[in-house]
Amino acid sequence: MSAWPLYEVFVRSKRGLNHVHVGSLHAADDETALRHARDLYTRRNEGVSIWVVRSDHIAATSPDEKDPFFAPSGDKVYRHPTFYAIPDDVPHM
Amino acid sequence: MPDLEDHFDRTIERDQRVEPRDWMPDGYRATMVRQIAQHAHSEIIGMQPEGEWITRAPSLRRKAILLAKVQDEAGHGLYLYSAAETLGADRAELTAMLIEGRQKYSSIFNYPTLTYADVGVIGWLVDGAAICNQVPLCRSSYGPYARAMIRICKEESFHQRQGYELLMTMMKGTEVQRAMVQDAVDRWWWPSLMMFGPPDDASPNTARSMAWKIKRHTNDELRQRFVDMSVPQAESLGVTLPDPELRWNAERGHHDFGPIDWSELQRVISGDGPCNAQRVAVRRAAHENGTWVREAAVAHARKAAVPRSAGVFA
Ligand SMILES: [Fe+2]
Ligand SMILES: [Fe+2]
Repeated sequence: MSAWPLYEVFVRSKRGLNHVHVGSLHAADDETALRHARDLYTRRNEGVSIWVVRSDHIAATSPDEKDPFFAPSGDKVYRHPTFYAIPDDVPHM
Repeated sequence: MPDLEDHFDRTIERDQRVEPRDWMPDGYRATMVRQIAQHAHSEIIGMQPEGEWITRAPSLRRKAILLAKVQDEAGHGLYLYSAAETLGADRAELTAMLIEGRQKYSSIFNYPTLTYADVGVIGWLVDGAAICNQVPLCRSSYGPYARAMIRICKEESFHQRQGYELLMTMMKGTEVQRAMVQDAVDRWWWPSLMMFGPPDDASPNTARSMAWKIKRHTNDELRQRFVDMSVPQAESLGVTLPDPELRWNAERGHHDFGPIDWSELQRVISGDGPCNAQRVAVRRAAHENGTWVREAAVAHARKAAVPRSAGVFA
């Protein structure tokens, strides 16, 4: 067994963008996880901000329940703008 | 089960990516773990041949470049171990398998780096061959592996260019320096061609890996691409590739090249290369010498996690 727990790493590549998952690493604690993340995932200015979170603290949907879990959004076409027919000559719509 | 298998097959068929928590055939998982682990081990062991020259780099500029390059290779290894872990592999176990000789790494790193020209030739040819291999892997069917490869390929371009520039500088130097470059090319050319693996008719797993879209091209296709790319680069550098049969074949639209000594690859893979024992011993020593650091960091983390008011000395 690895002595250090696994952390997932999220990097904001520049201001105005969301943090994006980039990979994982092992570290003894949060602080060293951040330092390792900096050395591993931002050697070429790839980030302006880093989040790390213990992998075992992440809750995720399971692929097996994929269809039923996301079903509620599947039949609501009226949530999309294209559902509404507007004549072409109406401006700025 | 047939449902799950069907879903997996359709994902591959539609050129979509398989992601960590998806169902996958046991054979796919095992193949992926083995391939990613071997690849990770290669990056880690690959730090050694060049790392030996960091303290002997001829200038501060070259030292900084080489340090950055070797550090990148450590990063590549870690991206890949991270991808292997998404398949349920344990990182400590992977390291154990490497230092106990239960998993392999690329045979190219079992050759010695005799002069500083070797650093340049490794960047040019060895990283060049790695790029040929790795670019198609950016579209590999396993998502975390493909994403790691994208990161790696971005960084490899620096590796190849710094090597080639180093060689150009030496080729503009003295007669002795030019001879060093030619000597390094003579020693690394054939092992570089072997990096693509055995010929297609002796590579039993290729068909399955291609069907699963883990691999996108056969070993021989990639080897041919590498030869075609390298010939004009060698010309521009002013070195001779050590193959009297190497020539342009207008009919095929490719360069023909001489037969590869596969018994040498076999010998090096099975442990009898010039540096096999040394490479594994160095990796083992680094791991064992780091034990106290890993333990101390855990002890520190544990101590820091105890709230002050609940501390023993409160
Ligand atoms: Fe690399
Ligand atoms: Fe490299």
